Formats: sequence, C-alpha cells, structure tokens
Amino acid sequence: MEKIKSIADLKKIKEKVQAKIDLREKSEQAENLIQIKVAMATCGIASGSKETMDYFIDNLEKSGIQAVVTQTGCMGYCYAEPTVEITKPGKDPIVFGQVNQQKAEEIIQKYLKNDELVEGIIPVNYNTIND
Amino acid sequence: MSYKMHILVCGGTGCQASNSQGIIANLKEELTNKNLENEVQVIATGCFGFCEQGPIVKIMPDNTFYTQVKPGDSEEIVNEHIIKGRKVNRLLYRDPENKERVSDSKHMDFYKKQLRIALRNCGLIDPENIEEYIARDGYAALAKCVSEMTPEEVINEVKFSGLRGRGGGGFPTGLKWELTRKYKADQKFVVCNADEGDPGAFMDRSIMEGDPHSVIEAMAICGYSIGADKGLIYIRAEYPLAIQRLQTAIKQAEEYGLLGKNILGSGFNFTLEFRYGAGAFVCGEETALIHSMEGHRGEPTTKPPFPAESGYLNLPTNVNNVETYANIPVIMNKGANWFNKIGTEKSKGTKVFALAGKINNVGLIEVPMGTTLKEVIYEIGGGIKNGKKFKAVQTGGPSGGCLTEKHLNVPIDYDNLLASGSMMGSGGMIVMDEDDCMVAVAKFYLDFTVEESCGKCTPCRVGNKRLYETLDLITNGKATMDDLNRLKNLGQVIKDTALCGLGQTSPNPILSTIDNFYDEYTAHIRDHKCPAGKCKALLNYVIDPQLCIGCTLCVRNCLSNAITGIRKEPHTIDPEKCIKCGVCLTKCKFNAISIQ
Repeated sequence: MEKIKSIADLKKIKEKVQAKIDLREKSEQAENLIQIKVAMATCGIASGSKETMDYFIDNLEKSGIQAVVTQTGCMGYCYAEPTVEITKPGKDPIVFGQVNQQKAEEIIQKYLKNDELVEGIIPVNYNTIND
Repeated sequence: MSYKMHILVCGGTGCQASNSQGIIANLKEELTNKNLENEVQVIATGCFGFCEQGPIVKIMPDNTFYTQVKPGDSEEIVNEHIIKGRKVNRLLYRDPENKERVSDSKHMDFYKKQLRIALRNCGLIDPENIEEYIARDGYAALAKCVSEMTPEEVINEVKFSGLRGRGGGGFPTGLKWELTRKYKADQKFVVCNADEGDPGAFMDRSIMEGDPHSVIEAMAICGYSIGADKGLIYIRAEYPLAIQRLQTAIKQAEEYGLLGKNILGSGFNFTLEFRYGAGAFVCGEETALIHSMEGHRGEPTTKPPFPAESGYLNLPTNVNNVETYANIPVIMNKGANWFNKIGTEKSKGTKVFALAGKINNVGLIEVPMGTTLKEVIYEIGGGIKNGKKFKAVQTGGPSGGCLTEKHLNVPIDYDNLLASGSMMGSGGMIVMDEDDCMVAVAKFYLDFTVEESCGKCTPCRVGNKRLYETLDLITNGKATMDDLNRLKNLGQVIKDTALCGLGQTSPNPILSTIDNFYDEYTAHIRDHKCPAGKCKALLNYVIDPQLCIGCTLCVRNCLSNAITGIRKEPHTIDPEKCIKCGVCLTKCKFNAISIQ
C-alpha cells in the first residue's frame, strides 16, 4: 500500500470511494434527489434493462448528476421494456419506454440536464396506493 | 464495475449474538448462487442502535430496513427483494401504534428525534475498511489540523465548541487539553478511556465496533495539540470485538501512513498501543486507570496532581472517553461554530444513551442535549413494556440517581440532571415500571459498588458494606426507622469523604430513592410490605379457605413441608416454614392461593 503523504493523496482516496458511500448516504434522503427506477422483472431483463441500469449508474456519475438509481418490479408496460420511471424532486414521475443505452443517454442529456422532454413517454394509466 | 446494491448487516455485538454472521454468510452464498456477487455487496456495519429489533438488515439504495432477520430469511430477501424488487413485508418494522409496516428508518419514531454525531458512521460504513471511513471525510480533520493549524488553534477550536467529557464528569475537553499542553515534558501521553463499566451501558463499545477510526483520528489530533506522540487505549478484555476492530483499524491507519512517523508530511509522529483491563469498575476513574495501565493495582489516588501534570509514568497525560473523542473529528471538520449551536447553553452537542430496562425500544440512541426525558422514553423509546406504568429511570448507572415522573419534562443536560439529584454519567438509562421495588433497585446498585470497591479508603470499603446491610434489613422487613436515618447520614458521610468518584457517588441510588420514594421505604419498615411485590421476605402466600377444596395437590408439591391440612378440608400455609418459591401458586387448580 502506497502511503498517504499529503492532503491531496487523501482526497484522491476519498474521491475513489465516494461513489460507493454516496449510494448509501443519498438513499437516506432520496426524495431530495432525482430517483430513477428501472423495471427489472423477467420481461425487462430480457429486453436489456440490466444494461440500461448499468449505463445510468456509470454515466450519471460521469455527468455529475446526483441521482438514486434503483431497480423495481414489472410496471406492466411489457410491450415497451425496458421501462424507466424518473422522478425529479417536487415533480410527478414520468415513465419512459424502450430505454436502451442510446435512449438513456438522450434522457440524461435532455431531460435530466435541461428539463426537455424526449420521445417515448408512456402516459400513466393507473394510480398506486401510495398516491 | 461498481456494485448496484448494498446490503448492510449489523455486525455489532448485540446483533452478532443473534447470529448476524449467519445472515451474512447465507446472503453471500445466495448471491453467488444467483451470479449476483459482483452486483450486490454485503457489508457488516456497526450498530444501527435499534437493538430491540435486531438483527437489522438494511438494503440500499432502496432504503429498506428489515428487522429481526434470521439466517433462514436470506433466500427470500435475495429472491424477492434483490431479484424481483419486491419488499419482504413480514420483515419490515411494524409501527406499534397503527400496526402499519414501515420500510425506511426515517419514518420510525425511534429515529425521528435522533441526531447522530458520535454515531455518524455506525450502521453506514464497514468498520474494517479504512477507505469507507475516508469517504465520509475521515482523517480530513487530522490532515487539516497537522497541516493548516497550530496546536493552540486546535485547542481553541475544541474549547470554543463547548464539548464536555462524555464519560460522566462533564469536564470541558478543550480546557483539559490546554492544561496538558501547558506542562513541559519530553514525553506526554494521550489515553482513551474505554473502560465502560456501568451495568447496561454499551455506548462506547458500539462506537469502537462501528467506527473505530473516529477514535483513532481524534486521539492523533489530541496528540498533535498537546504535544504527545504516543497514544494508549485502555480497554477491557471483555470487549473482544471492539478490540479486534480497533486493532484492524490501527493496522490499516499505519499502512496508509495516517499513524506512524511524519504523518501527511507534517513532521508529526503518532503511534497507538493497547492496555488491557480486567473489567474493574473503579478503573474507569482516571487515576485508577493510569495505575492499572502501569501494571499496578487499579486503585485511585488523590487529585491533585491531575493526570495533566503527572499521569502515566508520572508524565503529563490527557485522558478522555471514547464518545468524547468520537465528536472531535466532526468539530474540526464542521467547525466549533456549527457544534456549539446544538444543545443547551452549558451542554453542547449530543449525547449517546443506552436505553435498557422495561422499555419497548431497547437500543442505542443519540439525541441533542436538551431533549426531555419524556421524548426519550415515550417517543424514541416507545414507552413502557406491556403497557405498564412508568415509575423511574436511573441515569448515570450505579453513580447516578433515579428520576421520576416529575422529572419527565426536564431537558437532559449535565447541569439539569445534577440539579434533579442524578447525573449524566456515561449514558446508561435504565427504565423501571410499577413492578420494580425501588429499595431492591438501590440494593442492586449497592451490591454492585460493594463488589467493585477497590477497598483503599475506609468510607467506601466499610461504609458501602454497611449501607448494603441496612438495605438488606429493610428488604427483609427487619429494619427500624432509625436505620433509615442512619442510611441517610452514612450516605452523606461517604459522599463527602470517599477518595474517588466511585465512593463519592455510590450512595446516590439510595439517597435519590429515599428522596423520591420515601413512602416505599416506610412501607417496608413500618408495615412490612413491599408495595411492588418484589421483596420475597415480605410476601405471604395464603390459602383462601372459601376456595380451597382440600385436594392436597399443594401439599404434595410443597418443597418445604409448609402446607398442612386434612383431606377435603381447607389447608393452611405456615409462614415460618414457607420459602416463597411459588410452586403451590402455580399448581393450585382452584386459584385458592394468593400473595399478600
């Protein structure tokens, strides 16, 4: 193990592990952050939701967007898998369909960064008991 | 590839005792079977505090808090929660009020009023991984101190924060550091008092198990400010897990160059060593602790000289408690100005308490100073077990006193608790209900102090023994009102004349119960009755002649041949022979036997 010789070295280690601890810290106060739920039922996974989720996790960090990425069960839109539900703080959740890695990038660049909506929004057609 | 999910499993002593190790092993095996071992990480953390509901398993980022998990539940957690994203409902915490399941800790009454500073990392990081501590601003305070601040500036910051010793005495920490700095010597020492001895207290143990690096970092900061390059942790051998976690942490800190020579290129050296205690209560007293560390008998000596002037090996020594140290890195990172806004006028910051006794939510809590007893017992603690009535709460362990209903609205801080006839102590809080006899409680604590007295000074060695004997007379119904007066006088004399803190505080449980429950004492002495029904000698088993049919079942089961009577006629119990074992009461099928 290389010894830590300066504050800069210490900061480097901090940055390296920050993302890992972030996942735990941020989740405590998820409602203040962007929440991204990826549907990961059999239908979702078969359509590539795992890759979508990985893409979000890796690229949000790169774009410097603070968000909590979680998986969820089937949302019922099996025809449009992979589906992703995004909730911005203080806004209604929006469900995006057929989110492959390309679409995920578009969502990050347009909706998450600039609040521009993108094609492929699924109108919500049911209420949940949490509402 | 980073992990998508973290499963945090409590690895504190409490949850380990309920086999949280088995949960971790099963979870890991289950994840490997499902090829998820690279996506989901299982971490053993420190104590979550909610020991009543342990073992605790928390899943992130879903922020789901599972309670009372068994190793056998691992498969369901992986299959349902991890793979399908469905919460395992039956393992969620059930709100005792409305019986609804709550999935995140933020919405539990137990956590709502808490503010975690000393426990900031407990239940969040892996205590055996220094990098996780660094990610939580770990060692940033040490780096700031050694490279940007002078020792005087560090001491001033601690003084300005208003931090007071968390071991019980409440001495201002900054002042202690300043005094130790003042004395000139070639070698000085930083000592951590980890000899937690109050019955029912586990604050320090949980900090050392859950966040050992915070103690190490703070000791190094202290060393820098007072001019010491050596630190010693005095810990009882009864805390094997805490010792092991600290050892791992020290080793890692050395490997990373955060302990040792020339820390962060500043020229400051600091090393840490252990000194083991054999678990004597008196060794929590700093002079006794120092003698024990030197290899002598753990006996206190008079102060002055204070350890700041002449401590370990007669050299200047700074002794602080574990929880005090755990506050230091936060104060240095966030500033004294942030810290001294929390709490009351003279008691700043937070205090960790170990809730125990007849309370629903047994566990470890941290609240800002100034929180009332009522909030702690009824909101965080969830009230008294089995819907019984609150009677008293003992704070400060065997050195403290009991507080009653009239004290419920007192904001907890050092001075208020002293004024109410108790003390802060190290943070044990034992709740008692209507079934507890206060004389028996006082006797229990005296039994402890008599056992733990080192025997050096007469007031403590002989005086406490006499106090105990008098209490024994009272609980056996053989005392007179003169004995009660003698108890009060002798208690006062011991307080005034004993050598160290142990003796000076040992009569407190008696004096405060006499003050608050005088009637209970007189009931024992004058009426030979124990109102709570606890003191065996004062109970009488009687047979109701109306209900007894003379079946002789009790006679056949009585261990001391105390029951006599003719078949098919009411029997009687001879109180002289009766040993009050209660067998007859459980055997009687006609409810004819009762306690009076």
